[in-house]
Amino acid sequence: MTDAANALVLFSNFVLIPGLTYGSQLALGALGVTLIFGILRFANFAHGDLMALGTMFVILVTWWFQDLGISINPLPTALLALPFGIIAAVIVSILIDKSVYKFYRKRKSPPVVFLIASIGVMFILNGLVRFIIGPNDQKFDDGARFLLKFQDFKILTGLKEGLAIKLSQGLTVIVAIVVVTALFLFLQKSRAGKAMRAYSDNVDLALLSGIEPEKVVFYAWLIAGTLAVIAGSLYGLDKSFKPFTYFSLLLPIFASAILGGIGHPLGAIIGAYTVAFSEVTITYAYKKFLKYILPEKWEPDHLVQLLSTDYKFAVSFIILVVVLLIRPTGIFKGRVI
Amino acid sequence: MMKLTFKTFAAATLAVFCIAGAPALKADGHAVKIGVILGFTGPIESLTPDMAASAELAMKEVSDSGALLGGKKLTPVRADSTCIDAAAATAAAERLVSADSVNAIFGADCSGVTTAIANNVAVPNGVVMISPSATSPALTSIEDKGYFFRTAPSDARQGEVLAKVLKSRGISNVAVTYTNNDYGKGLASSFSSAFEGKIEISAAHEDGKGDYSAEVAALAATGSEHLVVFGYLDQGGKGIIQASLDTGAFSNFILADGMIGESLIEAIGDGLNGTIGTLPGSESEGAQMFLAHAKANGVNGDGPFRGESYDAAALIALAMQASGSTDRAAIQSKIMDVANAPGEIILPGQLAKALNILADGGAVNYEGATNVEFTDVGEAFGSYKELEVKNGKFTTVKVH
Repeated sequence: MTDAANALVLFSNFVLIPGLTYGSQLALGALGVTLIFGILRFANFAHGDLMALGTMFVILVTWWFQDLGISINPLPTALLALPFGIIAAVIVSILIDKSVYKFYRKRKSPPVVFLIASIGVMFILNGLVRFIIGPNDQKFDDGARFLLKFQDFKILTGLKEGLAIKLSQGLTVIVAIVVVTALFLFLQKSRAGKAMRAYSDNVDLALLSGIEPEKVVFYAWLIAGTLAVIAGSLYGLDKSFKPFTYFSLLLPIFASAILGGIGHPLGAIIGAYTVAFSEVTITYAYKKFLKYILPEKWEPDHLVQLLSTDYKFAVSFIILVVVLLIRPTGIFKGRVI
Repeated sequence: MMKLTFKTFAAATLAVFCIAGAPALKADGHAVKIGVILGFTGPIESLTPDMAASAELAMKEVSDSGALLGGKKLTPVRADSTCIDAAAATAAAERLVSADSVNAIFGADCSGVTTAIANNVAVPNGVVMISPSATSPALTSIEDKGYFFRTAPSDARQGEVLAKVLKSRGISNVAVTYTNNDYGKGLASSFSSAFEGKIEISAAHEDGKGDYSAEVAALAATGSEHLVVFGYLDQGGKGIIQASLDTGAFSNFILADGMIGESLIEAIGDGLNGTIGTLPGSESEGAQMFLAHAKANGVNGDGPFRGESYDAAALIALAMQASGSTDRAAIQSKIMDVANAPGEIILPGQLAKALNILADGGAVNYEGATNVEFTDVGEAFGSYKELEVKNGKFTTVKVH
């Protein structure tokens, strides 16, 4: 019995909790991508760097607050700085829309033109972030580090394996639940949300019924920018902030959005958790886990690891390729890119 | 008019350079030029000024003694290796060898540019080159025709020392993670061939990732309690240690030189207590004497590769004296003789004594700040400090 409990704790510590956290961070990112796709009909490659830009603003404000001695211990100061980062990122998104995407919208350019333009925007944001805060790791987490320390857990339960839950992990999951619930309420209940859904479903019909397109676009950027900053800041708090890692997050984010069915918010969330858990479960070495649950003579000698951790990103790639080949609409019948 | 102004300006600049840059240079043709090529710009630009100062301290000591070949002076000529740009380093070394016609080269620093300079400039031109800090095992086997030396030991040796340290502490079961480059792979392979216990897993990690929990999970699944980290303290190595402590996967770490630094303790905190590691260097009499000698001459000798730098420059001067000539090939022929036994042991600050012994036809065995002892291929055998983190500080336990 204790063996089973140990196995469960081990699995939670190394697979369940990290996967859940990572999945929540991806979900917030994928929701932004999917919303922009639903409304503006293009894959926004600049989303990863928008996350980096927003997080950078959060970091700068956090540092300023730390200097002033403002804190909400034991919670990280970054939570307090989050609204400022969101405002800045939304302003930047809307400025970019006005100066870049609006031009192509007026010309009714095909989606591929938008996509290429978004790659240009990506490079600009990329450079901007490196120019302002530099390419290196930045530390901005403060407050308590753990909700549950693994030694405390061991003492509490008397088990051989420990379970650690970082404050940032708990925070990520809670914030993700709150944000996603708020988003769905907004889309289902509010006038603006309904307008967005109508616009996403059928542009012509929406325009005929008097929905203002620029307003819908504004809301789309408002939400996408907000989600990007929240996702980026949670990722930075939990792991680390480095501009390049946000760029490389783009791949799992797109894999999530496409797997769930791009343009479909619920799909993005399911897709995100699927991608996250695939990455973690496929690269986890099950040796110790199996030792607990298997009879002694079946114990494995080798690591029982399907793929080396070097190939973590390959998992997203494989998912992306398989989905596009077999079911291009994704789980929830999103649009075909 | 314009032309005249420019000429005046150029002449003035030249004059200033002569006065400021080379006070020891006298017009009597007694100056011998030594190239000092280090990465004065680039990733290790914070380390190189003190390395150059240490080397130039040895040159000054030799010049001031008046004992080198009847009173010759050594003049350092600095050049920038950039540490990472092989083409720029090669061009700078080319300039030293042809335009400045240096008699020997002190440097370079990083392994990549050092290999480039040795292969493209030093060896083809027959100029001795002594690096104070290039540690890649690959440099052991380059075609150097006996012209390349280094006072820094190869990382191949560090793997052996680390394996010995673990054996002496009774650690027989480890997990290894290394940074995915020549440094990490070289160290991991030399360690695994020397280690007598069981290596449960040897996995590479990429630097610059945001999250290392998956890597740590795989390492921890082996059930080993000790984690050997061959990485960089401000890169993936730090991430691995942080993730290990967070998840409770490992609490005992074993580190190599790339991971040793106070900034690691600052970033991680108390969790590092009990960590062991190895770092090139020694606490020998020579090392203490070098520190005092450097301090007395206004050089900060307490830092990485400074003793090695002093030793490299000193060896060039002693070889010159032993061969009785400043000829490039003659210098090469005597480096091994002055570096190894037999002969009178020479420590830092005793260069004048060594020069006099050599002038009288005697033999010296230069030990210097770092116990210099060259292997057959002309690289330091190397001594390593065994470190342990106690109360949040790296402290030396023993020297190997």
